[in-house]
Amino acid sequence: MCTSFKTEILNGIHALGTSVVRGATTPDSFKAALYLASATMNATATVYTATGEVSGTGYTAGGVDLTGTPDWITPAASGTTAYTTPTASIVFTTVTLTTAFDAVLIYNATQGNKAVSVHTFGSQTITAGTFTLTMPTNDASTGLLRIA
Amino acid sequence: MLIPTTKGLMDEAMLVKKTGGVDDENEHTTWVEYWLDGEPKPVHRSVHVTLKKNINAEPIVGGF
Repeated sequence: MCTSFKTEILNGIHALGTSVVRGATTPDSFKAALYLASATMNATATVYTATGEVSGTGYTAGGVDLTGTPDWITPAASGTTAYTTPTASIVFTTVTLTTAFDAVLIYNATQGNKAVSVHTFGSQTITAGTFTLTMPTNDASTGLLRIA
Repeated sequence: MLIPTTKGLMDEAMLVKKTGGVDDENEHTTWVEYWLDGEPKPVHRSVHVTLKKNINAEPIVGGF
């Protein structure tokens, strides 16, 4: 597979199957939602769902917008791996989430809330506090999305 | 410093601060809790998770 093709997949250039009509060439908008440790949230997810999502004071169903400009660092390639990572940390400010959660779903709010990726971490609760999810280094070995 | 708590904003001096964290191949996580004397649970808990990599990444390999 051509490395340039991998990067272009991340940029939405190729449509090998049925695609969507795009109104603009600008990047889509993405969101992040948190899921309970008791929920089933993994790579089989296809679309955002409220089932198993956390709830609590200060948390809005659907989660938060990715706040970078743009949401993702411009896709790039190193060696034969294409990669990208959200531009900014994902922050849930002043929330109370008393039931343990351990996963975040990143999804495409522009394209019908289609799932992008699921990331897990140690089970957490938040009390009148802030939950911050900082991204890994954006490179071919740790970037959040990689096509090797 | 004022800390947001389940009781409203409280002066940090009135609270007991506890910190901790975990560091493994998946994440580096730190948390901070503030406890108020007599309360069974922390009145404030914040968490900062730094993802180290996407453990669910599935390499896509093309070949003949």
